[in-house]
Amino acid sequence: MLSLHFSPVAASLFSTLAILSLILTFVMLGSRWLKNYLYAFTLQSWLIALLSAAVGYYANVPELYLIALFTVFFRGVVLPYLLWRIIRRYHVDREIHEIIRPSSALIIGAVLVIFALVVSRHIGVSLGAGSNSVVILALTVMLSIKLIGFLMLSIRHEAISQILGLLILENGIFLGSQILVPEMPLLLELVTVFDLLVAVSCFGVLVNYLMADIGSTSSLRLKRLRG
Amino acid sequence: MAMSATLLLLVGLPPVIAVAGALLSGGDRVAEGLNLLASIVSFGAAVLLPAATMDGGHVLWQGYFVLDPLAAWVVLCVAVVYLLASIYAIGYMRAEEHEGTLAHFYALFAAFAFTMFVAPVMNSPGLYWIAIELTTLVSTFLVGFERSAESMEAAWKYIIVVSAGITLALLGTVFFYWAGTFVLGSRYDLTWSALLKAAPKMDDHLTLLAFLLTLVGYGTKVGLAPMHTWLPDAHSEGPTPVSAMLSGALLNTAMVGIVRALRIADAAGVGFAAHTIFIVLGIFSFFVAALFIVRQTGIKRLMAYSSVEHMGVVALGFGFGGVLGVAAAFYHMLNHSLTKSGLFFGAGNMMHVYGSKEIPTIRRVLSFAPVSGLVWLAGAVAITGAPPFGLFLSEFAALRAGWRTPNAWAAWLMALLLVVIFAGFLNHFRAMYFEGGVPDQPRAPLSQWCLWPLWLAVLPVLVLGVWWPDAFWQFFVSAAHSLAMGSGP
Repeated sequence: MLSLHFSPVAASLFSTLAILSLILTFVMLGSRWLKNYLYAFTLQSWLIALLSAAVGYYANVPELYLIALFTVFFRGVVLPYLLWRIIRRYHVDREIHEIIRPSSALIIGAVLVIFALVVSRHIGVSLGAGSNSVVILALTVMLSIKLIGFLMLSIRHEAISQILGLLILENGIFLGSQILVPEMPLLLELVTVFDLLVAVSCFGVLVNYLMADIGSTSSLRLKRLRG
Repeated sequence: MAMSATLLLLVGLPPVIAVAGALLSGGDRVAEGLNLLASIVSFGAAVLLPAATMDGGHVLWQGYFVLDPLAAWVVLCVAVVYLLASIYAIGYMRAEEHEGTLAHFYALFAAFAFTMFVAPVMNSPGLYWIAIELTTLVSTFLVGFERSAESMEAAWKYIIVVSAGITLALLGTVFFYWAGTFVLGSRYDLTWSALLKAAPKMDDHLTLLAFLLTLVGYGTKVGLAPMHTWLPDAHSEGPTPVSAMLSGALLNTAMVGIVRALRIADAAGVGFAAHTIFIVLGIFSFFVAALFIVRQTGIKRLMAYSSVEHMGVVALGFGFGGVLGVAAAFYHMLNHSLTKSGLFFGAGNMMHVYGSKEIPTIRRVLSFAPVSGLVWLAGAVAITGAPPFGLFLSEFAALRAGWRTPNAWAAWLMALLLVVIFAGFLNHFRAMYFEGGVPDQPRAPLSQWCLWPLWLAVLPVLVLGVWWPDAFWQFFVSAAHSLAMGSGP
């Protein structure tokens, strides 16, 4: 529903938060230090929580306050803590081998954002939302983060970067859905958070095994299985 | 209604009890026995499920669960494979000397079965997504169970590729919900049927985008090319009973989501584009499978690529649509579940006998296993779609369904690629059975637990090949109607 006729103040607040989140994705794309990814991810989660609360306030959906709390707690504190533990345990600081240099990756990222914008405009026009810039912006940011997440998954090979890549993919969806469908059933979002938690625990165990059985957390070492 | 609720409980609860029992007792034999018992009870109940949905199905337990023909059938396929794999696991896991960790294995195994029983009956696309994600998380540890470098690599690729792919399906789900808000208002219960009701008035572009994202997302899990890259690794590196579960049961479970999304796309009036793209992915899977089958050297990887092919057949069946297409897809799911389980069991036995996964080291099979070797060979002939086995009937039905649609080109291509795969696949078996000298490996005898499931898998496919039961046909017709594809021939 495009009934999101937010006041100009609300609309610009949402836009700012969404754009900041997108910029943080670029920070991750342009950096090669795992700690930086982690900080950017954490900050992004906090921004998304802020967005949830803001949408909850302006659209009058009180559940979103609860979701904001959950987001801060799980995505903003627990998940980063779990990942930080993994990083500390294995002394992996940075990507050693770069498939694409960060500077080139930034340019590819910019192209992806333009592509996302074209798709979003197309959808927006089809929905009659030509004038509703928040909707198009939310769609663009959502799709861009998605595409950049996939880009990061394919050019990074440290296990931690891949896990973070996956979490970014989910953050993108989460961010967009706060603006587009703020009243999506609460249950779903709560269970998704739980699911993320389980996923990251599983990843933690797997990284543990990777280290024990292969002696490395870089997927560049995973090339026995082919054809 | 009360009856189907009871049946569903009888299917779902036994694996839960098996998990609890295995974890609490910690004993290998207890876990093994409990798991087998659970699979038998689940199977017994699942056999009765399809009959309970002949009226089109219903919603259970406050609308969180839906039991329609599609769900019932997929649950049945899962139960079949779970039973066969549980029997096989007893012999296989004992022979592989995993003593001491078996309780852990069976707990994961039963939990995996449970997640696959739950996913198809989820009434909400969101909860379905979570159930599918859970199947991945549980089965990753089964794939990596042997903890060798190869199996860890397979497990890591599996969880990364599938989790990343499936986030697209989550985005698709959000878009479906969004499209629905234009019709149903900003707050409604997200269920498949609610979306279906709203579909005729949903925006075309948005619905198509949502469908495409869902297709690619769950398509990753189904193993449709080009998103299949995790599949050969995971199928070949997991313990053999797990390979059978992945191939025979899991792939169908993920297909459910695509078919339900397809139905919404149909109702929204973008059915033609949606069906065509689904068909294109199906044909591409055929093509990729054919390429890799012809020059494959790993025995379990051969089976894995064959799974990519067969998911292509199921995709084409649903893609072509009509009563015949749906019937073909349903029948093919069951036939494939049975046959592929049997083939994996045979492959596991050969790996045990020859101590290698490589096709070139497996020679003169019949001199080692005259009887079970023949059964395995029969299974191989069956999987290539040759008569008189069930897969011939279902593939032929899919072809017939395709010839009458505007996408007849796909049916022609499918026929051509089937011939290529037939030759390529059986060529490997010719080499394994009739080429080379008799190798003199020390060979451990196979336990009866490893031989019986092979018979149990292949014999029914033979029966289903000479006799397509009328009750099945009735059921498929009602399934096609419940999927709103009953209008065609």
